[in-house]
Amino acid sequence: MIKQYWGVLLVLLSFVCVAPSWAADEPEAGASLESLLSELTSSSFKKKAKAVETIAAMDDERVLPVLESMLAGDLYYRKSDDKIVLTASAESGYQITDVLTGDDLGVVGKRDVKKVATNNSLRKQLRTQIAGYKLLSKKADIRLAAADDLIKTPSPEFLEVLQGAIAKEKDNTVLKALKVARAVILLQSESEVDRIQAVKDMDGFANKHTMAMLTALVQQNEDGSYVEPSQLVREEAISVLKGLNAMETWYKFVEDLFFGFSLGSVLLLAAVGLAITFGVMGVINMAHGEMIMLGAYTTYVIQLIMPNQIGASLIVAVPAAFLVSGLMGVIIERTVIRHLYGRPLETLLATFGISLILQQLVRSVFSPLNRSVITPDWMSGSWEINGFLSLTYNRLYIIIFALMVLFGLMLLLKKSFFGLQMRAVTQNRSMASSMGIRTGWVDAMTFGLGSGIAGIAGVALSQLTNVGPNLGQSYIIDSFLVVVFGGVGNLWGTFVAAMGLGIANKFVEPMAGAVLAKILILVFIILFIQRRPRGLFALKGRFVEG
Amino acid sequence: MKKTKSKWIKTMTGAAVAASMSLVSSMAMAADTIKVGVLHSLSGTMAISETTLKDTVLMMVEEQNKKGGLLGKKLEAVVVDPASNWPLFAEKAKELLEKEKVDVIFGCWTSVSRKSVLPVIEELNGLLFYPVQYEGEESSKNVFYTGAAPNQQAIPAVDYLMNEVGVKRWVLAGTDYVYPRTTNKILESYLKQKGVAEKDIMINYTPFGHSDWQTIVSDIKKFGSAGKKTAVVSTINGDANVPFYKELANQGVSAEDIPVVAFSVGEEELSGFDTKPLVGHLAAWNYFMSADSDVNEEFIKKWHAFIKDDKRVTNDPMEATYIGFNLWAQAVEKGKSTKVDDVLKNIIGLETPNLTGGTAKMLPNHHLTKPVLIGEIQEDGQFETVWQTESEVPGDAWTDFLPESAKIEADWQDPKIMCGNYNTETKKCSGQNY
Repeated sequence: MIKQYWGVLLVLLSFVCVAPSWAADEPEAGASLESLLSELTSSSFKKKAKAVETIAAMDDERVLPVLESMLAGDLYYRKSDDKIVLTASAESGYQITDVLTGDDLGVVGKRDVKKVATNNSLRKQLRTQIAGYKLLSKKADIRLAAADDLIKTPSPEFLEVLQGAIAKEKDNTVLKALKVARAVILLQSESEVDRIQAVKDMDGFANKHTMAMLTALVQQNEDGSYVEPSQLVREEAISVLKGLNAMETWYKFVEDLFFGFSLGSVLLLAAVGLAITFGVMGVINMAHGEMIMLGAYTTYVIQLIMPNQIGASLIVAVPAAFLVSGLMGVIIERTVIRHLYGRPLETLLATFGISLILQQLVRSVFSPLNRSVITPDWMSGSWEINGFLSLTYNRLYIIIFALMVLFGLMLLLKKSFFGLQMRAVTQNRSMASSMGIRTGWVDAMTFGLGSGIAGIAGVALSQLTNVGPNLGQSYIIDSFLVVVFGGVGNLWGTFVAAMGLGIANKFVEPMAGAVLAKILILVFIILFIQRRPRGLFALKGRFVEG
Repeated sequence: MKKTKSKWIKTMTGAAVAASMSLVSSMAMAADTIKVGVLHSLSGTMAISETTLKDTVLMMVEEQNKKGGLLGKKLEAVVVDPASNWPLFAEKAKELLEKEKVDVIFGCWTSVSRKSVLPVIEELNGLLFYPVQYEGEESSKNVFYTGAAPNQQAIPAVDYLMNEVGVKRWVLAGTDYVYPRTTNKILESYLKQKGVAEKDIMINYTPFGHSDWQTIVSDIKKFGSAGKKTAVVSTINGDANVPFYKELANQGVSAEDIPVVAFSVGEEELSGFDTKPLVGHLAAWNYFMSADSDVNEEFIKKWHAFIKDDKRVTNDPMEATYIGFNLWAQAVEKGKSTKVDDVLKNIIGLETPNLTGGTAKMLPNHHLTKPVLIGEIQEDGQFETVWQTESEVPGDAWTDFLPESAKIEADWQDPKIMCGNYNTETKKCSGQNY
C-alpha cells in the first residue's frame, strides 16, 4: 500500500518537474489541501471543478481517498463550521469522520450535514483524475478500468504516468489498453512519427471511441483539406479502420442475434403457458396476461417479505409465483371455464371479464401506481466481451431461464404420468375417460399448469419492465401470435415461432424503426396464416379436428 | 315517566329546531357559494397522475375557505370523473357548466382531453385552468395555460445541454403521439437554426408502453461514440421510461457519457421506480419538490397534512394548479365578481409567488411567466437543481422556431387584436376561435 503511494508520489513529482508551466497555471498553487477542501462547500459547480483540478494535482497521498469518496457521494460538510467530513449511515443520522485525519467526529443528525453535491461533468472529471492515480494499481483489472476511463477522455496531463505504466506493464491485455490510452493523447501530437505510432497502436483494439477518432482523422474539412495533414498517417488510419469496420460489422451481427434471442425468449416465456391452455386444451384464455401479472406481483411481495436478500428472493419467487398463478388458474377453471368447454366465443368473453376483474383487484390491493421491483446485483450490468460487444446479464439469464422452463415442461409432458394422462385427454377425451382417467381433474391441473408457467414468466418480466396492473395486457397479443404462428398444440412450434419472431423483429427494427417493425411482423404473420392456417408445425393425424 | 317524556319532547324540539336551522343555513350556503369544478380523471389509465391534481384543488379550496372564502362566500368544489375517456371530458365539462353552473373549472391532463373540452368551454363561455406542460400552438379565450409552453421547458433544456454541457449530437426520442411529435418538430427546427447538422440529430419514435429497448439503446450508444458529446432529449411517456432507463444502465450508458433529459419524468413518476440506475440523468421542469424556499416548505407541509401521508411527493403540475388557483382567486377579489368576462379581464397582469421563488405573472396570451429548472435525479427519487434560468421566462403560445407559427401571436388584452391566433403578416385573426 505504502509502496503504491510512493510510486504515485514519485511519478507525480517527476511530472510536476517536467511540466512546470502546467503547475503554474493554477492560481491557487501552494494553497494547502485543507483550504482547498473548504472550496468544495461552494454551491457553484464551476468553483468546485476548479478546486478538484487543483486538489488532484497535489502530491499528497490523502488526495485519492478524498476524490474517491466525493465520486461515491460520501463526502459531506458540517453546516456549523463547513468542515468536510466522510459519512456512513448510523442509526440516528450519520457517523462522521474527518476526511483528512480519519478522526471520529461522532454521530450527527441528517440535517446537520449537507452533501458535497456533484453533477455529471464533475463526476466525469473525478473519474478521470482517479483513473490517473489508479494506473499504477497492483490489480490488473483496476489498471484496465483506469485505462478505459482515460481512453474515453484524453487527458494529456497523464501522458508521463502512462509512459511509466506501459514500461512496467506485463499483462498483455492491459498493455494494449494502456497503449491505446496513450495513443488517444498522442494523436494530438505535433510529431508525425508519434501520430503514426498512435494509429498503429489503435489497430485491432475494439473500442467505439478510438474508431470515431480515426474516422474523424480521415474526414475532409469544408475547404477540401484533410483534418490530418500527413498523407502517411491518413493511409495508416484507413487501413486500421478497414480492419476495425469488419470487426464491428461482425460483432454488430452477433449483437443483433443476441437481442433477437432475448426478445424471443421473453416471447417464449409469455407464450409457453398459453401453448398449454390454448394449444393443448383449446381454451382461448384472455386472462393469460393477468396470470403473468400475478406472478410479477408475487415477486414484489416476496421482495417485501425478505428485503435483505434480494438475490435469493428472486429464486424463492419462482415456485411462489407458480403456486399463486397456478392456484388462480385452477379456481378459474373450476368455477367458470369448465362450464364453457366447446363454446369458444363465450369462453373468450368470460375470460376477458376475468382479466378485467383481476386487474381491478390488483388496483384496489396494490394501488394503480407501478410497484418497483429491485434488480439484484448479479442481474445488472453487462458482460463486456470487447468494446463492440457486451451482453447484458439480465437478458442472458432470461434466455437461459426460458430454455430451462421449456425443457422442464417438455420433460413433464413426455416423461411423467401426469403428462401421459394429459396427452390422453387431449387426444381422445371419451377413450381416456373410459380408461379410468378423471378427465375433469386432468383439465383443472392442465389449466393450472399453463397458468403457473405464466406466473413464472411474470417473475422474469418483473426484471425487465414495469410491475403494474396493465403488465399482462402488453403481452397477451404477442403470446397469441406466437402460439398461432408456431402451430397450435406443439411446444417446439412455440419455441421456433418465438425465436423466429424475436430475431426477425430485431433485424428489421434498426432499418424500419420500432413502430414499423411491429407492423411488418404482424402483416407477415397474417399472410403466413393465409398460406398455412395451422402454423409452422401443424399437428397431423386423425385427432386433428375438422 | 313524565319527566323522561318531557325530556324527550325537549330534545326532539331541540333537534328539530337545530335541523331546521341547519337546513336554512345550508340553503343560504347553497345560494351563496362559489362553485369550483374539478375535471380530472379518477379512474382509468390517467388516474395515476390526475387524482393528485384533484386532491390539490380540494386542498386549495379548503384552505381558501379557512381564510373566509372569496367575496364573503364559501367555495364549494364539484368533482366529476371523466374516466380517462376523451369524449366524456366534453360531456362532463358541459355538465359542470350547464347543470352545476360552476364559476371555474380546473382540469384536464392530456392534450387530447383539452382539445375535446375546448369547443364546449368556448360555446358556453366557461373558464378552464389547464395545469400541465404541453406542446403549445394554442391560445383560447376561455383557457389559462398554467403549465409550461415549449419555450419554458424544451428549449431551455436544450440550451442548457448545448451551452453548459457542450452537447453536439442529439437524440430526440419520444413516444409516438402528438406531444412528442410536435415538441420534436420544434426542437429539430431550433437545433438546425443553431447550426446543428442533419447527421448530428437522430429522431426515434416508439409505441406506447414499449418495453424492448435493446436495439434503440445500442443505436444510441453507437450514435454517441462519434467523438462528440451526445445527449438524449426524451419525450418518452409514462410506463415506457422504466425499461428504457434500465436498459441504459445495463448496457453501461451512464449519465456522465450520455445524459438523458426528460420532460415527463417527475417526482411522482420516480416514486414507482427503482431509482438506482437513473442517478445523474436530467429532467427539465418549472418546479422541483427539493426547491429551497419557505413557500415551498409550507406547501409541502400543508399537502402532507391534507393527504395524511408524509411520503407523498409534490410535483410540477401541482404547482401549476396552485398558481392557477391563486391567480383566479386574486382576479375574483380584484373585480369583486366571479363572472367569466370579468375574470378574463381582471386576471391579465396579476402576479402570484411561485413555489420556487420569484413570481408568476399572467400574460395577455393566457400563459405564465415561469422559471425553468434543470435537475439531476438523486438516489432518493428527488431532483438536485443544477441549473436554472436567471429570471422567469414568459410563455410563448406560438413557437418562434417553426416558420408557420412564428408569425402568429396571441393577445387577449389589446382591443385591436383580442385573438388567440393573430397573423402579424396579414394582420388578420384566423377563422378559428383558438
